[in-house]
Amino acid sequence: MVEQLVFYVFAGFLIFAAAMVITVRNPVHAALFLVLAFFSSAGLWLLLEAEFLAIALVLVYVGAVMVLFLFVVMMLDINIAELREGFARYLPVAAVVALVMMIAIGTVVGPQNFGLDQVPAAASHAADYSNTRELGLALYGQYIWPFEIAAVVLLVAIIAAIALTLRATRQTKAPRPERQVQVRRADRVRLVKVEAERQS
Amino acid sequence: MNIVGFLETQLGAFLPQPVVLTTLIVLKILCIVLPLMGAVAYLTFAERKIIGYIQVRIGPNRVGPRGWLQPIADALKLLTKEVIIPTGANRFLFLLAPILALGPALAAWAVIPFGAEMVLADINAGLLYILALTSLGVYGIIVAGWASNSKYAFLGAMRSAAQIVSYEIAMGFALVGVLIAAGSLNLGDIIEAQRGGLSIFSWFWVPLFPLFVIYFISGVAETNRAPFDVSEGESEIVAGFHVEYAGMAFALFFLAEYANMILVSGLSAVLFLGGWLSPIPGIPDGIHWLLAKIGFFLFLFLWFRATFPRYRYDQIMRLGWKVFLPITIVWIVVVAAMVVWKLPPWFAGA
Repeated sequence: MVEQLVFYVFAGFLIFAAAMVITVRNPVHAALFLVLAFFSSAGLWLLLEAEFLAIALVLVYVGAVMVLFLFVVMMLDINIAELREGFARYLPVAAVVALVMMIAIGTVVGPQNFGLDQVPAAASHAADYSNTRELGLALYGQYIWPFEIAAVVLLVAIIAAIALTLRATRQTKAPRPERQVQVRRADRVRLVKVEAERQS
Repeated sequence: MNIVGFLETQLGAFLPQPVVLTTLIVLKILCIVLPLMGAVAYLTFAERKIIGYIQVRIGPNRVGPRGWLQPIADALKLLTKEVIIPTGANRFLFLLAPILALGPALAAWAVIPFGAEMVLADINAGLLYILALTSLGVYGIIVAGWASNSKYAFLGAMRSAAQIVSYEIAMGFALVGVLIAAGSLNLGDIIEAQRGGLSIFSWFWVPLFPLFVIYFISGVAETNRAPFDVSEGESEIVAGFHVEYAGMAFALFFLAEYANMILVSGLSAVLFLGGWLSPIPGIPDGIHWLLAKIGFFLFLFLWFRATFPRYRYDQIMRLGWKVFLPITIVWIVVVAAMVVWKLPPWFAGA
């Protein structure tokens, strides 16, 4: 009973936040509603006893990705009126695309594939059952090759992103710490004994 | 934990089970939060006194005997002040930000073990929970900076966000080292894994020494304390993200900062200095050892503030990305090798 109540509270928050993400006008508010949506889905995962996934969702998406999102969104000078321009003109095309998307998603995740009768009920485990351990064994045992391939793909993406930003040789002046720490007092300061001009 | 058992039977006699459980949890939360608030108040006093003595002056000594009532007076002053909301500020987010800052700082205490059985929530993923919650503290700062509708506050928030995100990575990798060494995410098990014949030298600070140093320095950077306090930087951007806050709203930011300092000290003590384990063989373990270790780290915080000048912003970034991150990655490999080869005396039983 209590579990169902908690589920509906989190699910309600999730749907509300997701709807607000795409309807609010202020992009910063939209990003903050997305954070709320992540939190609600983390709560739902906790109900499924998937505590590792729930905490990882909060840690990665809320703690890192959304912070960078907010960082960018706050710095941009977004003109809302400009974004809304041509809303009426594109509406028919957008409506068709939206309809196609909804039908496509509905056929894939509809009740014929993901109904309660299609999926076995999640098994309940004792308190000492470690979700993290099971996931680790699956990831680094059974699925080691897909995992390694994903890691290589990410590495390629990192190198590509860095290569794209390093277009030309650096023209600006920058401090060079390895040389700064080698400086000794004798290199910079010369103590000069100045004789007094006149005896008093 | 006889008191808990006693209360459970007494209350269970005339109340239904869920109500008894909720009451007990609320009482336990109060047992953690109220002393924590007292510790925050007297930490501000200790800070002013210690920095005062380091700078060869006396510090606050007017309110009460030897200045002991100074934090109470400060709290009363802040309580009676007006909460000013600037024009053009986003009212809801402006008032939400201090709560977002303080909430995670308090919630993280749920998994800190104070003794063998003294922990509010003995969960398996304790270390992950701590990482997730400490990464949320940055929202209070960003939201405060943006909602204030002020250039100084916004600059402070941006600096702070970049700094916290950078140091979180080094901090996370340091925790991965602890996780490999202990073989568990549960903070109680991590402390038990540090028990050994050498007492003080069997704790993790010896085999994980680089990670220990990096964890604590990253913790200082995460809490925006000197010498990493560019997000407040009085001489550059007045007071940074909380420049527009007054009264109780400002006090909440203050509470959050000091609660985070105590949290980082507590975590360093639990993860690297054996938590409530006794450093001297023959003397029993107990919560007083944990408190003494937390006090030691808090003193380091204050000592740093009185000693080091503020880092320049690019130096902070360089230290985080180019110094700490490579060292942690190398040392994780070293720790993994030590665990695999069961290096005595720390990992012989692992």
